[in-house]
Amino acid sequence: MSFTVPANLAAEIDELITHYPVKRAASLMVLHAIQEQFGWISQEAVEWTAAKLELQPINILEILTFYPMLRQQPMGKYQLKVCRTLSCALGGAYQLHHHFCEKLGLDAHKHGPQTTADGKFTVEFVECLASCGTAPVMMCNDAFYEGVTHAKADEIVKECK
Amino acid sequence: MSTTATIETKPAAPAIEKIKVKVDGREIEVPKLMPDWTGKLTPTTMIQACELAKTDVPHYCYHPKLPIAGNCRMCLVEFGTPALGPDRKPVLNPDGTAKIAKSPRPAIACATPISPGMEIYNNTPTVKQMREGVLEFLLINHPLDCPICDQAGECKLQEYSVDFGQSTSRFAEAKVHKPKAVDLGPRIMLDDERCILCTRCVRFTRDVAGDDKLGIVNRGSYNTIAAYPGTQFDNNYTLNTVDICPVGALTSKDFRFQMRVWFLKETKSLCNSCGTGCNVLVSSREEKMYRYTPRENDAVNGPWMCDAGRLNYKWVGRSDRLKDVLMRGAGQGGLVKTTWLTAINDISDKLKRAPAGSVAIVASARQTNEELYLLAKLKANLGALSDSVEHTGEADRLLVSADKNPNTNGARLNGICYTEIGSNLPQIAQGIQSGNIKTLIVFGEDVTTQGIGADLLAKLDTLIVSNILPNTTTQLAHYVLPGAAHVEKRGSFTNTKGRVQKFMKAVEAPGDARAEWEFLHDLVHNVTGKNGYVTIEGLFNQMAAEVPGFAGLTWAGLGDTGVTVTI
Repeated sequence: MSFTVPANLAAEIDELITHYPVKRAASLMVLHAIQEQFGWISQEAVEWTAAKLELQPINILEILTFYPMLRQQPMGKYQLKVCRTLSCALGGAYQLHHHFCEKLGLDAHKHGPQTTADGKFTVEFVECLASCGTAPVMMCNDAFYEGVTHAKADEIVKECK
Repeated sequence: MSTTATIETKPAAPAIEKIKVKVDGREIEVPKLMPDWTGKLTPTTMIQACELAKTDVPHYCYHPKLPIAGNCRMCLVEFGTPALGPDRKPVLNPDGTAKIAKSPRPAIACATPISPGMEIYNNTPTVKQMREGVLEFLLINHPLDCPICDQAGECKLQEYSVDFGQSTSRFAEAKVHKPKAVDLGPRIMLDDERCILCTRCVRFTRDVAGDDKLGIVNRGSYNTIAAYPGTQFDNNYTLNTVDICPVGALTSKDFRFQMRVWFLKETKSLCNSCGTGCNVLVSSREEKMYRYTPRENDAVNGPWMCDAGRLNYKWVGRSDRLKDVLMRGAGQGGLVKTTWLTAINDISDKLKRAPAGSVAIVASARQTNEELYLLAKLKANLGALSDSVEHTGEADRLLVSADKNPNTNGARLNGICYTEIGSNLPQIAQGIQSGNIKTLIVFGEDVTTQGIGADLLAKLDTLIVSNILPNTTTQLAHYVLPGAAHVEKRGSFTNTKGRVQKFMKAVEAPGDARAEWEFLHDLVHNVTGKNGYVTIEGLFNQMAAEVPGFAGLTWAGLGDTGVTVTI
């Protein structure tokens, strides 16, 4: 399986690399650019990036596995990110996460992001979304929701077409 | 070839400024700059100063021959520096000594440079507490499976647990489980649960072996050492990571579950797989070898050795080893078992009667300096032609030499072979062909692959062969003298750079097999009528006195790491 990068992305990455004194320093930004394009970073993409930056694949894998927001699997069309840092945890984040999982047929006790079989939803915990006063808060893709009750959660899911 | 032997010295270092520091209250003068892992002079670190003060600073990630990582935090020490007043002048105590301003925070000794007047405290209650804390954290997710761990007995976690460990665990939560028995490469097995993430292996393979294969993936408690999926950690230096792994995470597939290390006897020896002559420790128990590990010698191999050399010991225990002295019966008889006394006396008589120039010697550059010296004595007495056989292979940029003989230079210095090894072999073949050479002495080689085929050997009156393992030449011999592998005797080799190094006996030779120098001594005594030394020490010293290339050397003077002679 070969990995091909569209010309505009290739050009963007080539330009990105010029921002840094050494190619390796561009690793994270290149991964961001790839994820922006493909939604996740495949093993082939890791190897492509390593070759591009004149590194070993393990060097890129180290970064990829360190940052949870760099995705190692394809994510759902709608990513439900539930904050679980202190205020939200006290404000019912775990119950909210549990509610989503139950509604979408996922295992609430499993570690890490989980995607529904139809690939529509991904549910995961994230750390502080910087709105502690309105806990529990969450994001659905780039939309931000505060004071999310279970009823509101159902509504959010419903809006996802 | 020069006639002087020189003791290896570090390149004449420019005078390095010394500075005074105190370690646990004892004043010591240390160089301001010291070699880092590459040998480059860099500011002396606290851990180096403590080592010079003979004070042990516990550590996991620090290794003198690897770049500094500073991640294990075990080497934390407290320290202080001379206090300066507002006028930038040292503040003095009432008794005139410099007042020390103790740093409110500790520092890692491996990565903190010293400064003049610094005081390092390696033994305070705070230091002890810090180390106890570090160790407790390192053991939180550790499986504590010492009873079945190969590292047990040489494990830094165990050692420091004696000094800083708790007798009971305060950890009530569930341990994180990580991959077990990860097949990292053809020779390495990884147990991620035992790993303390010191990254010595990552740094070794990246910076020393030049094969950036390992890394740390995932994060937090799930951190694991890994190779990239689908790749193998398989360079020729992987087993060094097992040596430097301070815990039982990286284990050698060859050695794991074979023997508890505390039962092993360690013998100082050399690797004989190539001309580099890496220093090794042979670990054996009850006449069986279990492993080679590198023995540090900065003039030769540093603390490393290659995997190929390290695993090249099993042939010594092969069941088809030559164990008996054999002698061909009268007429067309086969080889029959005899005694050393009969064979040596028989051979001595034949050699004594041999006309000058009718004997040729094919020695092996795998033999020791002492054995080659004795053969050279025979050669001189018999007016014999002599040579040795070249064995070459691929070299690399680190330790592996293209010369697969461990002692080519020893053969050269003793005059057994010449600059171009093997150049006399055609002449010997021709001599046998023409009937001038009637007796051939072969040590450790198979001459049938070197242009002296079975047809030529059949023309000989006497074919005397000594070897360790059987080959075509030993099958055709009139006398077969079973020899000893280098781990079964004492002796010395001269490596490609002229380093003369000695090795000790680790195990007994099987059956009647004997160290070659012992029976060569008898043979030389019988043939030349001159007595020689019957100890390896005396023999070496005699050789050093007679052979110009070894002039000035003594067996004792070789020490553990050898002496370099000019080649």
